[in-house]
Amino acid sequence: MSETNTRRMTYLDALGLAQREELEGNPDTIIIGEDIALYAAGGAYGNTDASRIRSAPISECGFAGMAVGAAITGLRPIVDLTIANFIYLAADPIINQAARLRYMTGGQFKVPVTYRASMWHGQANAAQHSDRPYPMFMNIPGLKVVCPATPEDAKGLLKAAIRDDDPVIVFEDNDLWGKKGDVPLDTEFVVPIGKARTHREGSDVSIISVSGCLRHALKAADDLAKDGISADVIDLRTLLPLDNEAILGTLAKTGRVVIVDPAHRTMGAAAEIAAIIVEDGFDMLKKPVKRVVTPDVPIPFSPPMEAPLYPNPEKIAAAARELM
Amino acid sequence: MKNDIQSEAYLRMLKIRGFEQAVKQLVTEGEVPGAVHSSIGQEAAIVGACMALADNDYISGTHRSHGHPIGKGAELKPLMAEILGKATGVCKGRGGSMHFTDTSVGSIGESAIVGGGIPIATGAALSAQVKGTGQVALTFFGDGASNEGVLAECLNMAAIWKLPVIFFCENNGYAAVTPAKNTHGQPDVARRADGYGIPGVIVDGQDFDAVYAATQQAVARARRGEGPTLIEAKTYRFDEHCVGLFINGAYRPAEEIAHFMNDRDPVTLYRSLLLNGDKSEGDLNDIEVVANGLIQEAVSFAKESAYPEPEEAFELVHANPISIRR
Repeated sequence: MSETNTRRMTYLDALGLAQREELEGNPDTIIIGEDIALYAAGGAYGNTDASRIRSAPISECGFAGMAVGAAITGLRPIVDLTIANFIYLAADPIINQAARLRYMTGGQFKVPVTYRASMWHGQANAAQHSDRPYPMFMNIPGLKVVCPATPEDAKGLLKAAIRDDDPVIVFEDNDLWGKKGDVPLDTEFVVPIGKARTHREGSDVSIISVSGCLRHALKAADDLAKDGISADVIDLRTLLPLDNEAILGTLAKTGRVVIVDPAHRTMGAAAEIAAIIVEDGFDMLKKPVKRVVTPDVPIPFSPPMEAPLYPNPEKIAAAARELM
Repeated sequence: MKNDIQSEAYLRMLKIRGFEQAVKQLVTEGEVPGAVHSSIGQEAAIVGACMALADNDYISGTHRSHGHPIGKGAELKPLMAEILGKATGVCKGRGGSMHFTDTSVGSIGESAIVGGGIPIATGAALSAQVKGTGQVALTFFGDGASNEGVLAECLNMAAIWKLPVIFFCENNGYAAVTPAKNTHGQPDVARRADGYGIPGVIVDGQDFDAVYAATQQAVARARRGEGPTLIEAKTYRFDEHCVGLFINGAYRPAEEIAHFMNDRDPVTLYRSLLLNGDKSEGDLNDIEVVANGLIQEAVSFAKESAYPEPEEAFELVHANPISIRR
């Protein structure tokens, strides 16, 4: 892509650009969330008419459910749930309604609703503001779940989510909000849901990354290269549906796998990825699968306790070396 | 040809009554999978509300789901087939008794999550407002659902945004087997409207004319862009919470049940009202014959329809399908 077709911007600005393009480009797109009147006043939604910008009271269950009702009657709502922990308050309409209405009505509806949830971990916000809840939603048939790890994917996946005729949850890594990257300016640019991306080719060990762990995985791969270990790094980008082809493809290249996932260990995304590998790729494995994940403790407030809990480049490189 | 309002109202009430009686018979024959909840006793509240709506207005509802789409004018055959889990069912056998949805008459979903239909209708009203279609949405819910927080959230958002939605409480006095008087701080759900600055109206749910008039007013207000109304229809459920449910212990006085069934049956009351007006016994018999015929056709259709193939469970999960492992 030529330089004139991209602009360097933050992950957060890329999300904002995606939202503005979709609001301006389709009069059926609306946005609902808390505090958004302020952002609207600041020009965040461009020339979108006010009736499509709903700055809501603090009523997550109510407006998450209203978005379902709006979606089945012709709108394309974007619901900004802000901090990912708040999705629990909205879980009933997302799970019981959005995910199932199409199925339960024999296909009478499509449910084109997008939920945005930002995972604010690693910033001393304690356990009620620091969750990475995507694994729970991977267990809900009818949903789609994406976790962009770069500004480009943030734009492309949010746009794909808004345009998709099914309910999609976009779990953003808040630690990435300020990180910059080149983002395509083409208003038709989307990243297909369900497709992983290879960020680095390698032949000795695969690092399969989820969400913001990508940057740690790439740093670990640099460190491993200094020791002559060649790492293949893929970012899954979408967690429901998982890109099984890409998972088994990287396994076929290396026979050794480290899965890096910021969710908690038990039943995290890494657990399902590991299950796919042993179920469908067991014969290709040279060593057992390694998981670099967050231990099963609530996230503590005090930084010296919090920081060591998450995956980091050192833990990833150490896990990879153990496989060699 | 659409009948006059009174004949049409009587026909729809009879369709609900007859449908529910046929379902109960099918339960005793062992034909019905899962649980069913009968609307018998609540026909005037349902039909009064639905008749005040236009064909393309939206309704959402509850686990006691059969009456609402029938009241809105749905064809009975696909509904009865859904009760039996047949492929010809209105939801292709994926929803069943508690989840009737028939978009052809504006029925956008009954929900087995108590209160679940409330934000759905409120969101449909938001669509109507944003798109400027002039449609309104009405959500049926019970006295039980009135204690769900989502009702408070939606009443408030509908009020501040002046959404064209009617919150219609069928207060039958019991949430499953718990009396409303044990779970409500004061007896009138409609009074909660004051807290949101919207009209709250109490009507006799056994009286079609009262419900129809109150809902018409609410619909007119919504179409004028003046926002929502909370209507509470005081009604009564003649059957148990769930057909075939045997309750170990009395939670409703026998005299109360007898009083409603003998003196407050909405179908009987409306029949008398029509006879005292300009309808003859013959007019009403004609309507009853039509209703019975439709019920019998629906039962035959449902019984004769095939079940879905097991493989169909994998269809219609997504609009843009993904690969699903068998």
